[in-house]
Amino acid sequence: MAGAPTLTDALRARAIAAGSGAVHDTAVLAERSDGTVVRGGGVVLKAHAADSDREALAQRVAVAAHSSLAGVLLPPLPYVSVLHGRPVTAWPYGEPVRRNTEPEAAPWEEAAVLLARLHSTPPPHALPPMRGPAKAARAVARMRAARPDAAVLDAWAGLPAWARDEAPSPSHRQALCHGDLHLGQLVRHPPPDGPWRLIDVDDLGMGNPAWDLARPAMWFAAGVLAPGVWCRFLGAYRAAGGPAVPGQGDPWPYLDVPARALAVQTAATAVAKSVAEGRVLDEMEQAVHDACRRMAQVS
Amino acid sequence: MLCPKCHGPMQTYNRNGVQIEQCGNCRGIFLDYGELEALTRIEAQYSAQPAPPPQAYPAPAPQPYPQQHAPSWGAPQHGGHGGGHYGHHKHRSLGHMLFSS
Repeated sequence: MAGAPTLTDALRARAIAAGSGAVHDTAVLAERSDGTVVRGGGVVLKAHAADSDREALAQRVAVAAHSSLAGVLLPPLPYVSVLHGRPVTAWPYGEPVRRNTEPEAAPWEEAAVLLARLHSTPPPHALPPMRGPAKAARAVARMRAARPDAAVLDAWAGLPAWARDEAPSPSHRQALCHGDLHLGQLVRHPPPDGPWRLIDVDDLGMGNPAWDLARPAMWFAAGVLAPGVWCRFLGAYRAAGGPAVPGQGDPWPYLDVPARALAVQTAATAVAKSVAEGRVLDEMEQAVHDACRRMAQVS
Repeated sequence: MLCPKCHGPMQTYNRNGVQIEQCGNCRGIFLDYGELEALTRIEAQYSAQPAPPPQAYPAPAPQPYPQQHAPSWGAPQHGGHGGGHYGHHKHRSLGHMLFSS
């Protein structure tokens, strides 16, 4: 289409220049208002959200560059720019988890060990809070505007203020957290078969490390993820000495609140998307919505 | 039947011929009169069995994962009842959910 060059066009041009220089080697990996990602050969450029706190983003990127996180977080390339009013950072290309593999084949143990190491590393400098609760609150606000779903709102109302981003996270049990863990946040570097690393520091910061375990925990609790897969993930985290839950016994006293919040976030996002796309919830989304409904019955 | 503790729905499971009611919400277990004794008796018989003869090849592990702790709001189909959760099957939407915020 003709017209003014878009942000994606501009990113692509820069990615070609920064990467291999070969046009055929570019790909748009994500195209959203809070993250547009373009690959050019061995270089990936990310345009962050226009309203991102620039100073906080710089602090987060600096953590990924710090030597104490080498082997845990993919380090950035030394490049910072602004395009179309959005801050842009550069990263080496890493091989992502293949989307068509069975959930059992994903690197759950590797993800758990990386999280345990992240949570055990003292922050190298002052950092803003982990943005997990803020993202949950944002998803609920989006759902309220699209279609206020009573079951999801009830589950949200049952959460403590800190999990709804209405109060600071309790000061005990603070650790360096990723803030938005899912299987899209893991890449192998160098590609295609180097060691696994965590990517995407946009939500990284200080907070309750149980938040990073809570999305797989919620998938398991909602019946979306097989118990054996959850067992592998939790077992690897514990074996690596991760501090979010005790090494033995029932982890749910520690996981319950963040897992509820992530169920609400997931269900709220699903409701908003289903309204926008004029469809009903799919089976997985319905399973998480059902979990939200059960929360009101037991609390 | 409703759970006497949290009033969640109770489901009936068969364990070695003993009917057990388990709450789908809090996962509490209700045993009728004599059922605990029946289970204890079965357990004692199992313990008293002689060890199986050594095998040339190791037998496959019967249950590699123990029953997991789960929250009170969890899906009722947890815990080694031979399936029911969505993860056993390949779903297009499962892949999508595991990869998104």
